[in-house]
Amino acid sequence: MSELKKYKELALGGNIEKGGTAVDFKTGDWRSSRPVYNPENCIQCLFCWVYCPDSAVILKDGKVAGFNLEHCKGCGICAHECPGKKKVKAIVMEEEVK
Amino acid sequence: MANLKELAARGDKFTGGHRACAGCGASIVARQALLAAGDKPVVVTCATGCLEVVSTIFPYTAWDVPFIHSAFENSAATISGVEAAYKSLHRQGTVKEDIRFLAFGGDGGTYDIGLQALSGAMERGHNMLYICYDNQAYMNTGIQRSSATPRGSSTTTSPNGKKIPGKIQFRKNLTEIMAAHGIPYVAQSVVGNWSDFTKKVEKALAKGGPAFIAVLQPCRLGWGYPPELTAELGRLAVETNFWPLYEVEDGRYKLNATPKERKPIGEWMFQQERFRHLKKPEHQSIIDDIQKDIDARWEQLNKKCSL
Ligand SMILES: Cc1ncc(C[n+]2csc(CCOP(=O)(O)OP(=O)(O)O)c2C)c(N)n1
Ligand code: SF4
Ligand code: SF4
Ligand code: SF4
Ligand SMILES: [Mg+2]
Repeated sequence: MSELKKYKELALGGNIEKGGTAVDFKTGDWRSSRPVYNPENCIQCLFCWVYCPDSAVILKDGKVAGFNLEHCKGCGICAHECPGKKKVKAIVMEEEVK
Repeated sequence: MANLKELAARGDKFTGGHRACAGCGASIVARQALLAAGDKPVVVTCATGCLEVVSTIFPYTAWDVPFIHSAFENSAATISGVEAAYKSLHRQGTVKEDIRFLAFGGDGGTYDIGLQALSGAMERGHNMLYICYDNQAYMNTGIQRSSATPRGSSTTTSPNGKKIPGKIQFRKNLTEIMAAHGIPYVAQSVVGNWSDFTKKVEKALAKGGPAFIAVLQPCRLGWGYPPELTAELGRLAVETNFWPLYEVEDGRYKLNATPKERKPIGEWMFQQERFRHLKKPEHQSIIDDIQKDIDARWEQLNKKCSL
């Protein structure tokens, strides 16, 4: 988002003229642990993707390709829902270190 | 009905960068609903509550669709007005596309203050889907009890203490109230079963006419549990028969899932801080009461489904 506008420059009624502008707001620094992906154990079921509350699981050509760490809040749902291969998860949560 | 690959190909219309708690179930409801609605243009509104507040902090919006900011009580009225205007413009030929209309509201905004607006919109027969994301309390203002809050739940206005062991009353059954409106489609779904929920959204939107879906939405803050359990606690509510998955299509009841073995309600309740006090032996009678109520409601529902 660019600089704050004066009220006369704003759209009538305080409208936001473009959808999806929240992508410019970073929530990644809320995180205390981060998801780490190991493609070897991934069966591409996409459960991690469909349950992420923050649209932070990145897909490329319909396959998991990592996480958007600018938005990921580290909730751990992706890791919890991940079935993995032979009961070994493809996502594990690791504590963030300073 | 779209599978996960097809949903993924549609692309997200509810973006990251919103301010919901980590692990918030309400954002999962919004995201999955828009994925399910995503094959056609959709106009959305939302009642004041966590979902609206976290997703529309000016000048940011997580909604990548036309979105109208409603007040607490009038989400259904707002979308019904938009739909009526659309019908007129469509008839006049000014708007050509086939557009869908979607309203969200929390349990406070739906079971309580928005019930009148919802009932009116449903009765008038607007072509709209109303989704109540039910986290069983007024979360956005600090966890006050609503008529959706279950018996025994400790909230800031039904606090466990010397006088009461959490909320005294049982919850109201809004899904049945909506079914009594005789509208084309009413259903219950849950965060934690993406397939059930997205199918129901697709079905409701394709059906045409007024439709209502109540989604049980675990809230890690108000319910008190670690954030990674959001989807799992939704599923457990189904496995204990606390929150049956069913639909009422043109008046016909259908169960969408029957647990192999009904789990005791404690398995769901005792993972949540809001019920923790009921673990004490002196409160066993309350747990028994709650279990009895669940079993009775389940039996009633099964009767309706076998008609
Ligand atoms: C008429 C009116 N009364 C009170 C409020 C304050 N208020 C904002 S959100 C909210 C609670 C919303 O609860 P619910 O609908 O369950 O949604 P949740 O926050 O739980 O998602 C209240 C009381 C308001 N915005 N408008
Ligand atoms: S940790 Fe939570 S926010 Fe981050 S990618 Fe996983 S599900 Fe999404
Ligand atoms: S949930 Fe696990 S196995 Fe499934 S796609 Fe995601 S990382 Fe892969
Ligand atoms: S309080 Fe509950 S519903 Fe509100 S943002 Fe947090 S987790 Fe979501
Ligand atoms: Mg609520």
